[in-house]
Amino acid sequence: MNSTTEISAQDMFTETAVGKQNRYIENAVKIFFLIMTCLMILPLLLIIGYLFYKALPVLSLDFLFTNPQDNMRAGGIWAPFLGTIYLVVVSLLVAAPIGVFAAVYLNEYARDNWFTRIVNLAVVNLAGVPSIVHALFGVGAFVLFAGLGESILAASLTLAIMTLPVIIASTTEALKAVPMAFREACWNLGATRWQTIRRIVLPNSISGILTGVILQVSRAAGETAPIMFTGAVFYKAIAEGDIFAYNITDQCMALSLHLYTISTQVPDVTEGIPYGTAIVLVGSVLLVNAAAIVLRVYLRTRKKW
Amino acid sequence: MKPVIEVSDLKVFYEDTQALNGISLDVYPNEILGIIGPAQSGKTTLLKVINRTLEFTQGTSLEGTVKLDGVDINSISDVHGLRKRIGMVLPLPVGLPLSIYDNVAFAPRTSGLRNKSELDEIVERCLQQAALWDEVKDRLDSLGTKLSGGQQQRLTIARALSHKPEILCLDEFSIAVDPITTMRIEDVLKTLKEEMTILLVTNLVQQAKRLANRTAFMLNGDLIEIDETDVIFSDNPTSQSTYDYVNGNFG
Ligand SMILES: Nc1ncnc2c1ncn2[C@@H]1O[C@H](COP(=O)(O)OP(=O)(O)OP(=O)(O)O)[C@@H](O)[C@H]1O
Ligand SMILES: [Mg+2]
Repeated sequence: MNSTTEISAQDMFTETAVGKQNRYIENAVKIFFLIMTCLMILPLLLIIGYLFYKALPVLSLDFLFTNPQDNMRAGGIWAPFLGTIYLVVVSLLVAAPIGVFAAVYLNEYARDNWFTRIVNLAVVNLAGVPSIVHALFGVGAFVLFAGLGESILAASLTLAIMTLPVIIASTTEALKAVPMAFREACWNLGATRWQTIRRIVLPNSISGILTGVILQVSRAAGETAPIMFTGAVFYKAIAEGDIFAYNITDQCMALSLHLYTISTQVPDVTEGIPYGTAIVLVGSVLLVNAAAIVLRVYLRTRKKW
Repeated sequence: MKPVIEVSDLKVFYEDTQALNGISLDVYPNEILGIIGPAQSGKTTLLKVINRTLEFTQGTSLEGTVKLDGVDINSISDVHGLRKRIGMVLPLPVGLPLSIYDNVAFAPRTSGLRNKSELDEIVERCLQQAALWDEVKDRLDSLGTKLSGGQQQRLTIARALSHKPEILCLDEFSIAVDPITTMRIEDVLKTLKEEMTILLVTNLVQQAKRLANRTAFMLNGDLIEIDETDVIFSDNPTSQSTYDYVNGNFG
């Protein structure tokens, strides 16, 4: 009796062949995934490092605050930089409220019927439409039909249409992360849907919602196609250092389009300028995304359940 | 005596499945009505009909009437006011992601109560009644979701009492609570019935025996029998299946 229990206890500590194999596979798989992660990060670091190195000669505050000069062969990027900010801010001012409120309606109020199914289907499919299609829609709907002409407004609205479905999707995601049991508990207490949304659902999803919205900044800032025909121009000089230099009905320059122009359309550009433009574009986007990450970390530490 | 709740010929359908097959029963003021029966017998569904939260489930329909103080609940337009007259405690404890204080003050605030001292009074009274006050009185501003399961269930009960309901519905409240706390809550219920009517759905038949004035036995959507608890637990209730269920030799 006694000796058999001892042997079986011993057996438990001798690794079986299967156990050994599992351990090797486990390690191999882990290392494989780690390598893949490094492969993903490496190009990103290389790109940024390379851009930075090439841009160094031109990078300065002056570069940011002076207009392009000498047919865009010299000078800075003030006009396109400010243009991009206008486009991004105006498009998010339109897309964020509509997207967030639409998602709240779809998620918190709407019943599951043919209408909401069509809307949800539309949202999913719109998110996958190439941006050039949004551009054509923008030309037809805003520039021509609504009579806005080629303007910051028309271009921003086009960008808004492009970002809207993604904002709806990310907001829905954030709302769904709030457990259903919380809502049921509130309803059982005689709270209205709105009281439940305002006191429980929104406070516990707002960080996720904002993160989703902020991540759309990079998309709006990076796109060229939707703004090319709706409001962005190759060249336009504006008052330097004045953040109100653009009017919303004006056309504007934009970083993404400017980068395309000076890299492909203009000969003899000072070498550092395209790289400087790129680093400002990428840098601003990274900065904004970093804000989103900080928000997410903050959300995690404040998690209430 | 005039009944508080009159259920007559109530049928409930979830899409195609019928959950209640036409049940009728009356609930009298200040009694504890125990509702027992195996899984799927429609106990939870009955409670959801009474506070009209069945409406949140899509594809449900019902026939028959439920009257509260003589008024058909489906004719009441202020459904939120109706729900405030009924306290509901679900099987799984839910601490709202708010402070303990705000958990209990939630319902009064949704009714527009802002007065701090009145809210203080309600919070203390309800937490006392739910046998939770002594454990949390020094940390009312810590999160309700960070309490233990049993404490959260008592917080849920405190919340259900916060809007001064006439009727308290408890759906298998002791599922997530230890036996000692269960006993304490049972004592609370005995005092609470002086102030309100209690519907106690329970899967512990002994709990119904201990607490209920009358007991209803439900089976597969039918109300098999409703009678004085003594009769239900005696050697000769009207139905053989009641006897079998109560004595644990069912199925
Ligand atoms: N949301 C729902 N959708 C479809 N059918 C449901 C739903 N909720 C309950 N039912 C059905 O209604 C019937 C009664 O369910 P109910 O939850 O009322 O039973 P119960 O007596 O509370 O059971 P338990 O003791 O397991 O809690 C069951 O057949 C169940 O499958
Ligand atoms: Mg149930």
